[in-house]
Amino acid sequence: DDKLLTEPLSHPDFFSVKELFTLKDLFDARVHLGHKKGCRHRFMEPYIFGCRLDQDIIDLDQTMQHLQLALNFTAHVAYRGGIILFVSRKRQFCHLVESTARACGEYAHTRYWQGGLLTNARIQFGPGVRLPDLLVFLSTLNNVFEPHVAIRDAAKMSIPTVGVVDTNCNPCLITYPIPGNDDSPAAVELYCKLFRMTIIRAKDKRRQSEAIEELR
Amino acid sequence: TLRLMCTTTAVQRKNVGAAGPEKYTEAFIKKQIEEFNLGKRHLANMMGEDPETFTQEDIDRAIAYLFPSGLFDKQARPMMKHPTEVFPEQRKIQWGEDGRPFHFLFYTGKQSYYSLMHETYEKFLNVQKHQDQLVAEDLPLRKEKRNLAGSRWLTKIELEEMLLEKLSDDDYSRFIQLLQKLVALPCADIEENYIQKFSKEVPVQLQKVVIEPLQYDERGVAFSTGEGKRKTATATAVVYDNGTGKITVNGTDILHYFPVLQDREQLLFPFQFLGRIGKHDMVCTVSGGGRSAQAGAIRLASAKALRSFVTEKEVEFMRQAGLLTVDPRVKERKKPGQEGPRRKFTWKKR
Repeated sequence: DDKLLTEPLSHPDFFSVKELFTLKDLFDARVHLGHKKGCRHRFMEPYIFGCRLDQDIIDLDQTMQHLQLALNFTAHVAYRGGIILFVSRKRQFCHLVESTARACGEYAHTRYWQGGLLTNARIQFGPGVRLPDLLVFLSTLNNVFEPHVAIRDAAKMSIPTVGVVDTNCNPCLITYPIPGNDDSPAAVELYCKLFRMTIIRAKDKRRQSEAIEELR
Repeated sequence: TLRLMCTTTAVQRKNVGAAGPEKYTEAFIKKQIEEFNLGKRHLANMMGEDPETFTQEDIDRAIAYLFPSGLFDKQARPMMKHPTEVFPEQRKIQWGEDGRPFHFLFYTGKQSYYSLMHETYEKFLNVQKHQDQLVAEDLPLRKEKRNLAGSRWLTKIELEEMLLEKLSDDDYSRFIQLLQKLVALPCADIEENYIQKFSKEVPVQLQKVVIEPLQYDERGVAFSTGEGKRKTATATAVVYDNGTGKITVNGTDILHYFPVLQDREQLLFPFQFLGRIGKHDMVCTVSGGGRSAQAGAIRLASAKALRSFVTEKEVEFMRQAGLLTVDPRVKERKKPGQEGPRRKFTWKKR
């Protein structure tokens, strides 16, 4: 059992996450398009490649690196049987995100976030709840263009976060930010596909390793 | 489990002690059902009856015999019921042994409501996709008007019972709006099964008052009966056709029974309204009440009897004139501390 858990940690890319996407895929899905210059957040300036006709363009090389780290981390969490919660407050993609979560066998929350969900979970749900081990944000802002409450709550409860940050978002409290577009349907579908494939891969690998261990 | 050492009332949403009944697992309920069945067989043995055919009524009788109790409250007496009746249908614990919740929307808080919204939206998208396919193939979109008048949506309470979850008015109205949007699409017939889960038939509201047909007596003359009430007087009237306008009350002529003109006018009003003063004969019996009450009762009875002789339009005219409505006014009771129903005692300054 120990060997099952320590073996993936020795490889830099145990789940071969790099093969899942290329720079061209990101470009075709319009991930590099940001908001206008006036909406730019100060802390997103390192991730921005440049500005064309007042519209910010996100640096896709940095996006590639961040995306690889994030997907690798999600794969490890899924391999160890952790609970992953997809969060997004974009109404357009609510259905898509929920269906992705259902397909992976993980959980989603694309509705109104009640105040004490993570911090007051013991009383809201019951004494023996298990909190999520990873939060994945497909959009870090809520409907009033303010940072989602779950980022702060996850930081309070020491839950790691993976989030797609757009040019008007604050990447501060997110452990694995992914600078990229969060408004186009093409981009969000790409993210959903990538997360779904990583999680399914990780779970399959876990089942295979367990089967191999049992055979011995 | 963590014990919260120092908390403020703001942090705790509700008192931990008053958190409601403890949630129980499915295994617990199964065990209770097994114990109940075993106990039932033991009880049957004790009472000397056949364990196979021991019904709930027999159980109740046996318990009442073995544990007699003089308590007034039936709920407080000893009882042995099936666990599904004892333990209210409640959410059993929502997560498995490893801690992972069963439902994918568990962390939202209102999992059944949001999963319902998710499903409904999925049906909506399906219908739209189907519509697009039909448009792409240039086929006509079917539009059979769904009968909206005979059905209503589920009420908030019924939906709460269905989902076993509390809903707010906002949530409920959003769900109904989504359903209405779904129904408004042309190709919504595909998801008719799903929609019917949330709509209920409304029974025909106006149970039309059945107008009795004319009856014929031995001489071949058509007649019909009617009953009427007013204050404490009850009356039955039999109206005969081909008459001369003779009216008999309790065996006596109306001139002798009702000396006052006002009462006789009340009796003749239905006939005068329909213009059939000299055409009908009437025989009535009346009891109770006073002079004016008896007149009103006979008026109502005769109007009801005349409905069978007359077209539906004229029945509607009679109804609008107030001839067919029962007068609800009765004598109001006297209240203590007052001299009459409304009159107070004389107020003296000192």
